[in-house]
Amino acid sequence: MIDPVAGGQFIAPGGVTVELDRPPDRSAQPRRANWYRQPALVAGLTITVIIIGLAVFAPLITPYNPIAQNLNDTLQGPSAAHWLGTDELGRDIWTRLLYGGRVDLRVGFIAVLFPFCLGTILGSLAGYFGGWAELVIMRLVDVVVAFPFYVLVIALVFVLGPGERSIYIAITAVGWVSYARLVRAEILVAKRQEYVLAAQAGGLSNLRIMGRHLLPNVISQSIIYAMSDIVQDILAIVTLGYFGLGIPPPTAEWGSMINEGQEFLTTHWELTTIPGLAVVIVGLGLSLIGDGLADLLRPGQS
Amino acid sequence: MGRMSFVGRRLLQLVPVAVGVTIVVFFMIHLIPGDPALTILGIHATPQSIHELRQEWGLNRPLISQYWFFLDRLAHGNLGKSLIYGTPAATLIMQRLPPTLWLIVYAAVIAILISVPLAMIAATKKDGIRDQLVRAVPLLGLGMPTFWVGFLLLTLFGVTLRWFPVGGYGTGFFGHLHAMFLPALTVAIALAPVVIRSLRASMLSVLGADYITTARSKGVPGMRLFVRHVLRNAVIPAITVLGINIGFLIGGTVIIENVFSIPGIGELMINSIFQRDFPVVQGVTLVFAIMVVLVNLLADMTYASLDPRVSFDR
Repeated sequence: MIDPVAGGQFIAPGGVTVELDRPPDRSAQPRRANWYRQPALVAGLTITVIIIGLAVFAPLITPYNPIAQNLNDTLQGPSAAHWLGTDELGRDIWTRLLYGGRVDLRVGFIAVLFPFCLGTILGSLAGYFGGWAELVIMRLVDVVVAFPFYVLVIALVFVLGPGERSIYIAITAVGWVSYARLVRAEILVAKRQEYVLAAQAGGLSNLRIMGRHLLPNVISQSIIYAMSDIVQDILAIVTLGYFGLGIPPPTAEWGSMINEGQEFLTTHWELTTIPGLAVVIVGLGLSLIGDGLADLLRPGQS
Repeated sequence: MGRMSFVGRRLLQLVPVAVGVTIVVFFMIHLIPGDPALTILGIHATPQSIHELRQEWGLNRPLISQYWFFLDRLAHGNLGKSLIYGTPAATLIMQRLPPTLWLIVYAAVIAILISVPLAMIAATKKDGIRDQLVRAVPLLGLGMPTFWVGFLLLTLFGVTLRWFPVGGYGTGFFGHLHAMFLPALTVAIALAPVVIRSLRASMLSVLGADYITTARSKGVPGMRLFVRHVLRNAVIPAITVLGINIGFLIGGTVIIENVFSIPGIGELMINSIFQRDFPVVQGVTLVFAIMVVLVNLLADMTYASLDPRVSFDR
């Protein structure tokens, strides 16, 4: 395969292009902007914090139970009692939206941690040691990227059975490759830097060089990528929910809400539209954070 | 290093990938503890069917020889028998392949038609209002669930306006073109933000190159400069971006075939999951992986033959 880092650009599967760090130029110390002066970062953080707040404080914000049915009040339009109306089982949509956020955000944020750690560790080993470690790890990467993301995730969740645990396993099994490629490419550049050579000459252990010297310098790319990866993971969870392979009903979850609204598409299109909009807003918030972080951590590139 | 040996090396690299892919597909069923025959058959299990499946898949032998057996069956184009229809999974997949291929190509074409003009608009006036607007597209686009976009388009253009059918594959070339427009557009909308981002970046780097400055100083008119010099050199990255994202594109078609009930292999996969028809799920997974590997190979070859600067040393 042609080196995905050719031209200083890394194109991750799932579609995010990440500019790779040039070797840091110590003579021209970049002016490091304050984080609160980055409009994208501030906007993204604001959106994300509000949404997380709404999800966390859901029981204080809404008096209803997200799974309590009320068959006398089905498919109501918006009203003072039900801000966004009710669904086909008389459940308050605003309530289900907030509680759905609890599930989707929690699973999305946790799901990104495992591939992040696994990919970073394997990518550092491959990049730092080269040789057999690199050969084996990168061939593993080749095998995983041969499967379309959704195909492998759906197949794995099918085999493992629906539920949260299967989602974590499937996303980890597929998602680590992006981090491994990113970190490996960064370490390949960084390990030739003088500070690493100096540390090696000083007789520091490989573990210490990787952990204390290399990782802090190469991890920023992975953190930026993780922001868009959370969006991808939430999309995957929602999509699995749509196929009935995600979090089992009656738990409120955005994907299954869209799925349940599908039946009423012609008469009550808002049942499918509203939970989808929630996903888009979360995606917008996290993408803005990613863009803002990119500007903050790599000044001078757009 | 020569071009031919690049091709040779690239083909050689396929071997470990192919072996790895078959191992993953083979071991899928062994992820679950317990008797694989029982797991595979699930609700369809009878003492007789368990016995038959053990014979057919060689489940009584050690794991490594089961894998050999699996490879041997694959080499003969045998993906096992569907537990629901009793027909070979390979036959089912072949029947369902044309709509999926149609959708993939159609979506790729629409994605290019959307992305190239937008990327051009953005790159010609960097940091201008139009550039800012185009750069906002991925922020919104990457967070949209594909199936949700499909529902919205379906409701608006299929149900309300009745411009397009709400599902199906259509008949004849123009029938396909018409019936598959909404699904292809949905997949293209998912893909476009990715392509726009990469295209904009590569057009910007081309615009900064010396030969563009030279052409400008010679007085080549703007539009011609763009088409002859910039676009031509930005097309190669577009092909690569599409090649790299073929997995993304295929994933989108799996989801969208189910939204628009297109009788392709994505729909087959999800239906088989609901019916717990394991051999078909396994077969479809393998076929999708083969598609990705072939397209990546093709993209690399195209890349290498179009761009004389591609380095073959790897």
